[in-house]
Amino acid sequence: MVVELGNYALILAMLLAAAQAFFGLAGPALKRERWVAAVPSAACGQFVFVALAAGSLIHAFVTNDFSVRYVAENSNTALPLFYRVTAMWGAHEGSMLLWILVLSLWTLAVVVRSRYLPREFAARALGVLGLLSFGFILFTLATSSPFGRLIPAPADGNSLNPALQDPAFAIHPPILYAGYVGFSVTFAFACAAMIEGRRDQLWARWMRPWTVSAWAFLACGIALGSWWAYYELGWGGYWFWDPVENASFMPWLVGTALIHSLAATEKRGLFKGWTLLLAISTFSLSLLGTFLVRSGVLVSVHSFAADPTRGVYILVFLCLMIGGALTLYALRAPAMQSNAGFSLLSRESFLLFNNILLTIAAAVVLAGTLAPMISETLKLGTLSVGAPYFNPSFLVPVLPLLALVAIGMHARWKRGGLGEARRSLLWLLGIAVAVALVLAFGVYGHPMPLVPIAATFGVWIILSALIEPIKHLRRRVRLPWSVAGMCVAHIGLGVFVLGLTFVNSNSVERDVALKSGQSAQIGSYVFHYHGGQQVVGPNYDAFRATVTVTHDGHQVALLHPERRQYWVQGTVQTKAAIAASVPRDLLAAMGNNVGAGAWSMRFQYRPLIRLVWLGALIMALGGALCVFGRRQRGPVRAAATLPAAALPLGAGAAPAGAAGAAHAMHSVMPGPGGKGAV
Amino acid sequence: MTPRRRRLVWVVAILAGVGLASALALRAFRQNVTFYFDPSRVAAGLIKPGEGFQLGGMVENGSLVRTPGTLKVRFVVTDFKHSVPVHYDKVLPDLFREGAGVVAHGHLDRNGVFIADDVLAKHDANYMPPPVQRTLQRTAASGGAAGAQAEAAIADAAHASGAVGAGAAEGVH
Repeated sequence: MVVELGNYALILAMLLAAAQAFFGLAGPALKRERWVAAVPSAACGQFVFVALAAGSLIHAFVTNDFSVRYVAENSNTALPLFYRVTAMWGAHEGSMLLWILVLSLWTLAVVVRSRYLPREFAARALGVLGLLSFGFILFTLATSSPFGRLIPAPADGNSLNPALQDPAFAIHPPILYAGYVGFSVTFAFACAAMIEGRRDQLWARWMRPWTVSAWAFLACGIALGSWWAYYELGWGGYWFWDPVENASFMPWLVGTALIHSLAATEKRGLFKGWTLLLAISTFSLSLLGTFLVRSGVLVSVHSFAADPTRGVYILVFLCLMIGGALTLYALRAPAMQSNAGFSLLSRESFLLFNNILLTIAAAVVLAGTLAPMISETLKLGTLSVGAPYFNPSFLVPVLPLLALVAIGMHARWKRGGLGEARRSLLWLLGIAVAVALVLAFGVYGHPMPLVPIAATFGVWIILSALIEPIKHLRRRVRLPWSVAGMCVAHIGLGVFVLGLTFVNSNSVERDVALKSGQSAQIGSYVFHYHGGQQVVGPNYDAFRATVTVTHDGHQVALLHPERRQYWVQGTVQTKAAIAASVPRDLLAAMGNNVGAGAWSMRFQYRPLIRLVWLGALIMALGGALCVFGRRQRGPVRAAATLPAAALPLGAGAAPAGAAGAAHAMHSVMPGPGGKGAV
Repeated sequence: MTPRRRRLVWVVAILAGVGLASALALRAFRQNVTFYFDPSRVAAGLIKPGEGFQLGGMVENGSLVRTPGTLKVRFVVTDFKHSVPVHYDKVLPDLFREGAGVVAHGHLDRNGVFIADDVLAKHDANYMPPPVQRTLQRTAASGGAAGAQAEAAIADAAHASGAVGAGAAEGVH
């Protein structure tokens, strides 16, 4: 009964989304005041009914209602309660519902913050979001409803894929989706700005906090996914250039470009057309990601849902949304452009280089991701593209990008130049080279030429990002939130680069077959196998080994890798044991019993791997500081900033016109020190 | 910089960047892309020894042989028309088993033995890699005893992946 209500609620939510889209887009166009006023209510209603639908499915999971097919396929009475709840997004249907829920949450957030926006603009943006919600709910209801019944109901369910029974997995999809779907707000704002054909750059100001939030969520989501793959998939890889990983990585790369070009658009009114195009691309890549994951066109560890009709639907939806947005762009963007001069060494130039290089990086990833699909379609043979292609090709645009970050942070707007930062930067470069050489040759001892170069960039970026905070500290001036956010995000990048460099160059991995009492040397560590025993878990049996690791004769880690056999699905799953610390991870994973009393095992030493995820989290933290800073500043006081003429519907805002114009002027000018946030 | 010159810098920078990137990408592509072959195409002699490629098919029942106490394993990959012997000396993935689909990366030695350097792990027990699925469909379409075997293998995998779905819907569960 409850899931039928959920199904019903989802249908109602779809109708409300349609109403939201219609009133939001037609209301301002036809100047119907009451239609515009109805948009926030429709959006809130849509959220309520989506939440009810999601709640009903969770209820079915918690109460073990196996007459619901989706529950029967993904849950089981032996499954702990926590995983019964997270099993809601354990497969395709539920994860689509989660997607819709996240979209309606973002929509709700736009409604809440819309008092800072002109009513027309907010209505249009919400209208576009309504279209998206409508499309996705229709997709879910038509091709992948999680509410279908199964009669007669089985006595027990099929249980959740063991690899997904994990706390990190529980939060990975919601956070990843918060990022993916968050870019739909950016997309909606870009569409609204183009529909209105705005000649000012206020839309960039409004769009920025949303874009940064989505970007930060996506960074966290990707890091979590990588971390989960590292310890849960059992074999110690943390990035596979898998199509699904690429699908989340591409929007993040283009989103990073977007954040930077938004800075130039907001502060100087530059690159408007390009920024709009990036906003469309970022969201398009998110949709493309959905298409790649959901259609099953690609071979992937994630492709648990392969169904051609779903692929076709998403492809059509993708073409409609992106085609529509690009048409709008072709019609409106040329009139919105404005030009202003800037010199070669200005902040603008560096933002431009950043954008070009990041776009190329995204294109490299896109090419590698789509190549197998294209080759297959054109009957050129089945091929696979992996790390041997991605690693070197990706470095080509990214290394110059890293070289520019440290300088770009300090370049001044318009006329350019580095000012007093120039000398500090040179000094810091010297220090960075020294630190990198010590790390590369002294600590890790690796002769590859790329290692000290990449490490230099990493250290230089971190040091360079500290210049501004230290200067403020000395002068006892408070650091603006947005500048703090930028510095923190760049420190995160530096940390990330350092981690990636050394984990790639200095990891040691070995597969061995060991009998109890034998040991194996991994780098400067010795792994000893002391045998194992059978243990029983909540829903599995396992063989649990005892492995100790010694370094220079001292024991540094005690590991218990397991090989689990889950009762319900009968699947065998390796549970790797990891001794984690910032300087190095030591990993042991069990293979099979290979006879003669020996077990196959994989041992790994991975230096600084924690910095990879830590760096991503610090980047996200930087984004959060920027968004938080905007709130502190009394965010985008949009309604007040707009000239009265732009607000035919909002009569109340008219008297504020003069003060607003002054505020708008200020927002265009760089700050007193010429060091606006990027 | 005047708007005009700025546009010029834009265009030149983008063209240079895109040109360089595509040149390098193409180069990296040609050297680093691996093709997928099934046992029939291997038997047709399309591949020289030492050339890297991916081999896909089913692990033949009863073909898995371990050298006790070591990592060395031997098994046979088949598409029910032709088969290729495979040698591997690393840890096999959790989901590797006889009668299931497999994709391995490696090369042929002079005796026609496939020396695998990686056997791909997929984290769904019932997962049939799409290229393997297509291989089997080709065999099935060719009919005969081999075709029947391939059909049975496809049906097995389909049944396994829809175990609760299909089975329970028919009340078999």
